[in-house]
Amino acid sequence: MNEFFILMKHELIITFIIFLLLFIKIGTDLKNEVMLLVIQVLLLLNLIVGFFFNQEGVLFDGMYQTTAMIALQKNILNLGVYLISLLFTGWFKKTEHLPEFFMLLLSALLGMFFLISSGNLLMFFLSLELATIPVAAMANFDLEKKRSSEAAMKMILTSAFSSGILLFGISLIYGATGTISFAELPQHLDGSPLQVLAFVFLFTAFAFKLSIVPFHLWTADVYEGSPIAVTSFLSVISKGAVAFIFMSALYKVFQPMNAVWYNMVLILSITTMIIGNLFALRQQNIKRFLAFSSIAQVGFILVGISSNSIEGTSSVVYFILIYVFSNLAAFGVAAAISSQTGKETIDDYKGLYQTNPFLCWVLALALFSLAGIPPTAGFFGKLFLLTAGAAKGSYLFIGVAALNMIISLFYYLRVVRAMFMEKNEHPIEKINVHFSEKFALIICCAGIVLVGLLSWIYDYIRSLS
Amino acid sequence: MNLSLLILLPLLTAIAILLMRNATQVKWVSLAGATAQFILAFVLFFAFRNERASGNPAQMLFELQYNWFPSWGISFHLGVDGISVAMILLTAFVVIAGVLVSWNVTKMTKEFYFLLILLSLGAYGFFISLDLFILFFFLEIAVIPKYLLIGIWGSGKKEYSANKLALMLMGGSALVLVGLLGIYFSGGRSFDLLKLSQLDIPVQTQMICFPLLFVGFGVFTALFPFHTWVPDGHSSAPTAGSMFLAGISMKLGGYGCLRVATYIMPEGAREYATIIIVLSVIAILYGAFATMMQKDLKYINAYSSVSHCGFVLLGIGMLTKTSMTGAVMQMVSHGLMTALFFAVIGMIYERTHTRQVSEMGGLLKRMPFIGSVLFIVGLCSLGLPGLSGFVAEMTVFMGSWEHPDTFRRVATVLACLSIVVTAVYILRAVAKTAMGPLKEGFQNISDAGWNEKLAALILIAGIIAIGVAPFWLNDLVSPGAEIIMKKIAIPK
Repeated sequence: MNEFFILMKHELIITFIIFLLLFIKIGTDLKNEVMLLVIQVLLLLNLIVGFFFNQEGVLFDGMYQTTAMIALQKNILNLGVYLISLLFTGWFKKTEHLPEFFMLLLSALLGMFFLISSGNLLMFFLSLELATIPVAAMANFDLEKKRSSEAAMKMILTSAFSSGILLFGISLIYGATGTISFAELPQHLDGSPLQVLAFVFLFTAFAFKLSIVPFHLWTADVYEGSPIAVTSFLSVISKGAVAFIFMSALYKVFQPMNAVWYNMVLILSITTMIIGNLFALRQQNIKRFLAFSSIAQVGFILVGISSNSIEGTSSVVYFILIYVFSNLAAFGVAAAISSQTGKETIDDYKGLYQTNPFLCWVLALALFSLAGIPPTAGFFGKLFLLTAGAAKGSYLFIGVAALNMIISLFYYLRVVRAMFMEKNEHPIEKINVHFSEKFALIICCAGIVLVGLLSWIYDYIRSLS
Repeated sequence: MNLSLLILLPLLTAIAILLMRNATQVKWVSLAGATAQFILAFVLFFAFRNERASGNPAQMLFELQYNWFPSWGISFHLGVDGISVAMILLTAFVVIAGVLVSWNVTKMTKEFYFLLILLSLGAYGFFISLDLFILFFFLEIAVIPKYLLIGIWGSGKKEYSANKLALMLMGGSALVLVGLLGIYFSGGRSFDLLKLSQLDIPVQTQMICFPLLFVGFGVFTALFPFHTWVPDGHSSAPTAGSMFLAGISMKLGGYGCLRVATYIMPEGAREYATIIIVLSVIAILYGAFATMMQKDLKYINAYSSVSHCGFVLLGIGMLTKTSMTGAVMQMVSHGLMTALFFAVIGMIYERTHTRQVSEMGGLLKRMPFIGSVLFIVGLCSLGLPGLSGFVAEMTVFMGSWEHPDTFRRVATVLACLSIVVTAVYILRAVAKTAMGPLKEGFQNISDAGWNEKLAALILIAGIIAIGVAPFWLNDLVSPGAEIIMKKIAIPK
């Protein structure tokens, strides 16, 4: 019993917080400001506790498993969620139903924790649903905006579709192997056509969630329509969680079919990078822009995943940690501007440096990190992904990836150019950044700079993988 | 001497700049930082000479090695040989001159100096790193400061130029990256330059990786046909930006071609030498003839930089000890000279508000100091004996002529021809600007201020020191070139 509490610590704390929020909501009449403070403190405690008392083990006959690496992945997600609770203070204060929002968000997070820890395809499916459905409700949270409902609708339809495909894949796998347990599956996989077909269905479901091209079409609309807090949750936390389980599923469960999935990952990685980048070139809305750029980033994550090695695992986890900081910083700045002025296009950012130097430097730093320019951590993250991928020896592939870094630099620089260089008669006025937002942005910047330069962070991740 | 000081000092200067409250403080802090760098570079130079004089035969001196990402085989490995010391001296000269020349920058002074110092940090780090990963790291650090310097403080079509520069240099870095990964995996998963140089990298890998690395670094140093960022970038950049770009940043490429591509992959170097020679001769001649057509002083110097940097690549491509020594000397000489040239152009532009040669005339009458400096730099550029340009180009030619075969001789002769063309455009531009009757509207312009005089004198001192007494630079550089050559000469 004791073991149960320690192994499922992450999930239990989240569940506890969800219920606590529910009781606070029903029993008290707190103002949004106080409520938000309570939530931030709870999430901070959750983040801190996550680092202690971690044990490895298996529960429920292999349904649930946890290792030091899985605990680390959960901690990264916790960190992201804590930053989100700080970064979007401006929007949270204005929104109605704040506790409900966090209940949904934490339910989704709970789903992701179970997802990462799942040791069985059934568990995997259930937790994936738990991680998706609350997000669709969150996407609808700007109740008065039509686009927000549209985003939620698109999200729920595509998710349902991908769940259907996933279930079909799972049933085929069960038919072909007679088991759905992660531990037993590898012994039964031999790459027979039926298994390959089942695997393709499973892969497609992952691709939907990770918005890998050609399954990315829902991404931009959903990102644009949702409130920025939800967009950032989707693009950082949700993607991170799915990337973690995707990687461990490929490495551990589908290892015998490496020959099959290596080529799939390779081709999809190239198309994802190229299409994501080319579409990002033309975007005007900053949220759509970040949506497509995050698609391209997934292409890079796939480069690392393709390596099928310890370096692959560690560099992907490392990259996602960096990605949490960089992308959240970018979304945080976009949210601060949009919540006060409603301006969301890159043209609106012209001349921003004259009025808001702090926000400009943060956004520039975040974009440089996303583009992989030293001394930001993004440089190390991307380089390690490419190095891991290059171990397989396909230099053409690495060349394409390197080429994509140039394309991505072009559009990231477009924003930098608008902010720093272009003139504007009426630049956005001085934005009043909340203290907690500023605090979170500074944490993000510190993360962007330090995670790369302090090499022990990478070594720690590597020692766990 | 602790080499990490060369990285820490600019870093601390940059942080100190961020903490300053007003523009005056920022300027003085930057100047103090640049002066400290300058002194440090000389301390390094003398310490290096002492060490060598006392008979330390090690290839790299003052080596330092810290663990950094040990699981990837990356370490923070620093060390210098004569070539690096020469490049560090060059950097220190250009940095202090650049800081002095920018004294009148009023727009976002703090950011301007911060970026300048950051750029110098990248250059120092690049020249002293013995690990290819950190070498690449420092190479890329310098890209964003360049982009912002041109885009924010530049003139003309600055946004276009800034974008072009950043993307082309990133393209170069991407090639370098792929090449480095190729070496990494065939060299037993190590990025260590010294370790890699001991290994025999398979010839097949060299055939693929050498062009990647050479062209990648070549983009930085205006290898034909990847030179197109040079004219736009230089002409749009602010004065100090052009000085840093041409004086330091283009040298990163030359140094990389020599130290990384040629040194680690001698087979590749021998195989591709012909192509390098052809491309560099094209760059030399094309640059020279293109300069003839230019009417804007900055474009004149930018295109002549393409031509002059061609000598660097020619020296490397000729693969003799003398020619490589010449290539490094040309890097130093061209760095000093072109920085001075851009500084003078900046001074003239600040006073006349034009860079068109045809709109100027007789400036020597109103600005005796600036006019004289313009003459000195012009004469250095066309290779007058007694100034650094002559020494460097002569060494390259002598090294190239050592080859008995016709192809290399013809190439050498063709490259020599460019000197005539250089003389034509330099003399024409300088004479039209400085001599003749004073043009309308320039009656009230003033001569150089203290900061500009100091900057010019520092750079002129460097140019004359090389021109009159080239042996110290030669003694510094040639042992390094010899080691590289030894590796190339051993037949497999």
